[in-house]
Amino acid sequence: MNNPQLATLPDFTPALPEIFILIMACAILLLGVMFKDRDWAYPLTLFTLVAAAAITVLTSVPQVQITFSGQFVDDPMADVLKLMAYFATLTVAVYSRPYLIERGLFKVEFFVLVLFALLGMMVMISANHFLTLYIGLELLSLSLYALVALQRDSAQSTEAAMKYFVLGALASGFLLYGMSLLYGVTGTLELPAMALALQAGVADQPVLIFGLVFLIAGLGFKLGVAPFHMWVPDIYHGAPSAVTLFIGSAPKLAAFAFTIRLLVNGLHPEVANWQGMLAVMAVLSLAIGNLAAIMQTNIKRMLAYSTISHMGFLLLGIMSGTFAGYAAGMFYVIAYVLMSLGSFGLVVYLSRGGAEPGLEAENIDDFRGLNSRNPWLAAMMAILMFSMAGLPPFVGFYAKLAILQSLVGAGYVWLAVVAVMFSLIGAFYYLRVVKVLYFDAPKPNAPVYAAIPDVQALLSVNVLAVMLLGILPQPLFTLCTYAMQMTLQ
Amino acid sequence: MQFTDFVFYFLSAILLLASLRVITARNPVHAALSLVLAFFTAAGLWLLLEAEFLAITLVLVYIGAVMVLFLFVVMMLDINLEELRRGFWSYLPAGLLVGGLMVVEMIMVLGSRDFGLAEPLAHAADYSNTKELGRVLYTEYVYPFELAAVLLLVAMIAAITLTHRKRADTRPINPADQVKVKRADRIRMVNLKPQKPEAPKEDDA
Repeated sequence: MNNPQLATLPDFTPALPEIFILIMACAILLLGVMFKDRDWAYPLTLFTLVAAAAITVLTSVPQVQITFSGQFVDDPMADVLKLMAYFATLTVAVYSRPYLIERGLFKVEFFVLVLFALLGMMVMISANHFLTLYIGLELLSLSLYALVALQRDSAQSTEAAMKYFVLGALASGFLLYGMSLLYGVTGTLELPAMALALQAGVADQPVLIFGLVFLIAGLGFKLGVAPFHMWVPDIYHGAPSAVTLFIGSAPKLAAFAFTIRLLVNGLHPEVANWQGMLAVMAVLSLAIGNLAAIMQTNIKRMLAYSTISHMGFLLLGIMSGTFAGYAAGMFYVIAYVLMSLGSFGLVVYLSRGGAEPGLEAENIDDFRGLNSRNPWLAAMMAILMFSMAGLPPFVGFYAKLAILQSLVGAGYVWLAVVAVMFSLIGAFYYLRVVKVLYFDAPKPNAPVYAAIPDVQALLSVNVLAVMLLGILPQPLFTLCTYAMQMTLQ
Repeated sequence: MQFTDFVFYFLSAILLLASLRVITARNPVHAALSLVLAFFTAAGLWLLLEAEFLAITLVLVYIGAVMVLFLFVVMMLDINLEELRRGFWSYLPAGLLVGGLMVVEMIMVLGSRDFGLAEPLAHAADYSNTKELGRVLYTEYVYPFELAAVLLLVAMIAAITLTHRKRADTRPINPADQVKVKRADRIRMVNLKPQKPEAPKEDDA
């Protein structure tokens, strides 16, 4: 023991939420194996998420804490995003329960895999090192591949899982190759150290940019932005709706954190080099996402293309390279997760046959005349569609506005104009859903939905949040600005 | 040319040829065996880089365990190669174009430069690679190390979830029960009274 560092343990306090989630996931798995006839997984998962939120709040300090020899960072941005991730996961668990029970998927494995995916997201959100970023990403992806294939008798799900797996592996390869080149250039894998090394200047600029291209291509795959978007509609469509709900919500928070950690914490000195690439990807995503969504008849596919365009919008915020842009991006991703939870949540909620189990509400046609069958659900769907389209007074409007403001502030007026133009095109297909809800006659054999109190209550809270945050965005926006300020000081 | 340079080029040439065979071999078993050769020469290259522990791990784990399992699977599955190769010629031009472009770009960008880093110093002869690796793994890198363990756990859960089926029509056998079985469990003695068989009825017809 000649090294005094060896004798001291790392500070575990900042990582307590991660440790807790890991222990609980293993405990739920063991309980599920030992007591096969009891349904403990669902209540225990809810308890885990609430308790983890409490731990995160209690251990949160208004400063940047780095532990595990520079592998792990806990800062206000991480805390806010983690709290949001708990909320999203909890909502997914509640929304998908009836759906899973009806299809025989209400098993311990679903909840355990969801918790492990959440752990992966938390690791990504708190990563301060290329290695932890990558392992967190793989932990998330691996759990998601398994979740997509969970309905193993469905050929569609299996095919979707296969596609997701192969493309995800390819993207990981891109990321790793880019990381290894950057390591070769800077000689470090730690993000702040890399920023310092880049600031001091590197000898081999072409290799640096070459590595950056691979890194951003891999990032594009994982974010699901054009031209790396091909997997998104197929996976969203093929996966069981409850899994689509999960993939479409919480992982976006982790993807945002991943991008910020990588590009801002690690590669900010190279901002001039990555800005252009992000701008191209963002504009392409806005174009492809919004135009392709118009042609969809399946609502899951339509929402998948809408995801692509929303991710493009998010990239615009990060691309501006300014503090205001990052804060606006954080607000946008939180707003998007709320809207995505609500809209996919409604798709899952309405995918109930009652007398005819296994019936899916997948096509936009299935929503025809929902207003005459269940006005409350129709109103919620309409609010979510208005918000996604970016109409005031809903949260989607303010999120888009903040991004546009940051773009104009950074001097990219033409990008702001392009973004507004494609948002207008995008409004068409959102409003078409509203038209179908209110002005079309229902299908003759349309099922009548009995209310499930807990799901409906949470859905209402979710939609209410979309509305309230649109009317009073300031508290959340202040929180995002503050968190970003603390993180990037 | 120093001796190490000679070894490097020798191993690299074998590695490249073996890798090429992996993707061109018609017989999947040959492809798998070429992969074994590729791993083996890669291990040799790692030895040259003074990464002895990793080199031995590569041989033990990848060649010794992973590839053997892989060969088993390849031999047991009846893979129809013709079906796999159907699109080969139609995809070849596009693939060659993209691949060739990538190679040219990489040569232009990466070339034979060394990233502008200083030449690494060779360690003393008594330097223990394994010890250093262990020290770093359990101190500095303990967090990613534990996470990698979680990753393996998730892989295990996923594999079991996706493939384990409880079938109703299987008749599992418990060897312990079979050994403990007594004669009384199998044979039941029944006291049957002797009785005359009924006389056949007389047919009137």
